[in-house]
Amino acid sequence: MTEAMQLLIGTRKGAWIFRSDAARARWRIEGPLFLGQIINHFRVDPRDGRTMLMAATTGHLGPTILRSTDGGKSWTEAKRPPAFPKGDKLGRAVNHSFWLEPGHADEPGVWWAGTSPPGLFRSADGGESWESVAGLNEHPMVAEWLPPDGGTPDGAILNQVVLDPRDARHIYLATCSAGVLESLDQGGSWTPLNKNVRCDFLPDPYPEFGQDSHFIALAPADPDRLWQQNHCGIYRLDRPGEVWDRIGEAMPKEVGDIGFTVVPHVRDRESAYVFPMDGTEVWPRVSPGGRPAVYRTRDGGASWERKDSGFPAQQGWFTVKRQAFCGDACDPMGLYLGTTGGEVWMSDDEGESFRQVAAHLPEIYSVTAAPAP
Amino acid sequence: MIRVLIPSQLTAYTDGVTRVPAAGATVDEVLKDLDARFPGIRFRVVDEQDRVRRHMRIFVGLEETRAVSRPLSDGDELLIFGALSGG
Repeated sequence: MTEAMQLLIGTRKGAWIFRSDAARARWRIEGPLFLGQIINHFRVDPRDGRTMLMAATTGHLGPTILRSTDGGKSWTEAKRPPAFPKGDKLGRAVNHSFWLEPGHADEPGVWWAGTSPPGLFRSADGGESWESVAGLNEHPMVAEWLPPDGGTPDGAILNQVVLDPRDARHIYLATCSAGVLESLDQGGSWTPLNKNVRCDFLPDPYPEFGQDSHFIALAPADPDRLWQQNHCGIYRLDRPGEVWDRIGEAMPKEVGDIGFTVVPHVRDRESAYVFPMDGTEVWPRVSPGGRPAVYRTRDGGASWERKDSGFPAQQGWFTVKRQAFCGDACDPMGLYLGTTGGEVWMSDDEGESFRQVAAHLPEIYSVTAAPAP
Repeated sequence: MIRVLIPSQLTAYTDGVTRVPAAGATVDEVLKDLDARFPGIRFRVVDEQDRVRRHMRIFVGLEETRAVSRPLSDGDELLIFGALSGG
């Protein structure tokens, strides 16, 4: 059963909304919204289907959060965007919000934000005002875990907030310099969760923290199963276990297991999708060999199948960033990815084939899928 | 009264107006006065630690300042610019 979907697309130069028919065959484009603003993330609240937030900044101006409460028809700016407390001992100031996460189903109006430099912020009023989460931002280890000047070329980031759908107190973070952090008390305290996750770039290749966790995802069919696309490989962890398994070892050696993101199947706990990139030598971060492909596992990562039908067979140098690959909840499940070259691709048959939905957009930073209103 | 030049990056806040009068004895007081009338405008110029953002520039007349504590005198002109940056 499929239904009309909307894709919320954040780019380096503004945002777009694509809305489909029920068959997901034809797409209608709305936008640009906020042309020229850098939109790192663009989400709709699944609890009401109408509240939308964008993490926005520009080349010149400081960051803000843009809000709509009518499904994108009208927009206002947050009254108090994420900001560190004045006089912060590390001198931190939010450069941009990177990740926006609607809160737990039991907590309407709650949203979470991850920022650069790394910080965690919470809103209790639908994104209108934001508070610094002291349990992380003032943690005794924060300078070691999340140094403001460390991490990725575009600035150190707290790149992801992931909630356990069964328990609002249980939160995972993916970060660029402390790997995965876990809280069991809704952000009051945190513990690294990085056993057996490799750091090729540190003297100790298996430290307690220091990993660059590009993306983590809980399997919708089994929230005790975590998938991780790390800077150094693809991993899986079944809780309550604490030792990650590098399932990317089963990827073809000529492709490798480097990438930005992983998408678990919406109904099958054994299935997930990755979009590998070239992590050799100087890290080109493009499709290996210029042959873009999704890889799918249907056995928990023991083996991977190449899925490239519809993609260019050669000279296709795609890069798909952290937030730019996602799935929907339809049956068959749809897959959507946006490229740094401004193309949107989709599969309506669970990865068997892909087709281009749009081209010529600015560099795409995020793609999220949700049922259309 | 301080005369303030609003750069194109911020005219969405001022309904397109590029020159607005404001009150204040320091750069910060003027920015806060602007923020009271155009909510959100100050945070996009100055961060939460009261630092002028990296790609913004503030001049009092011909003199650049990075300090929001810079005193102002009645009749001064405060010019806000987006610094040269791009891509």
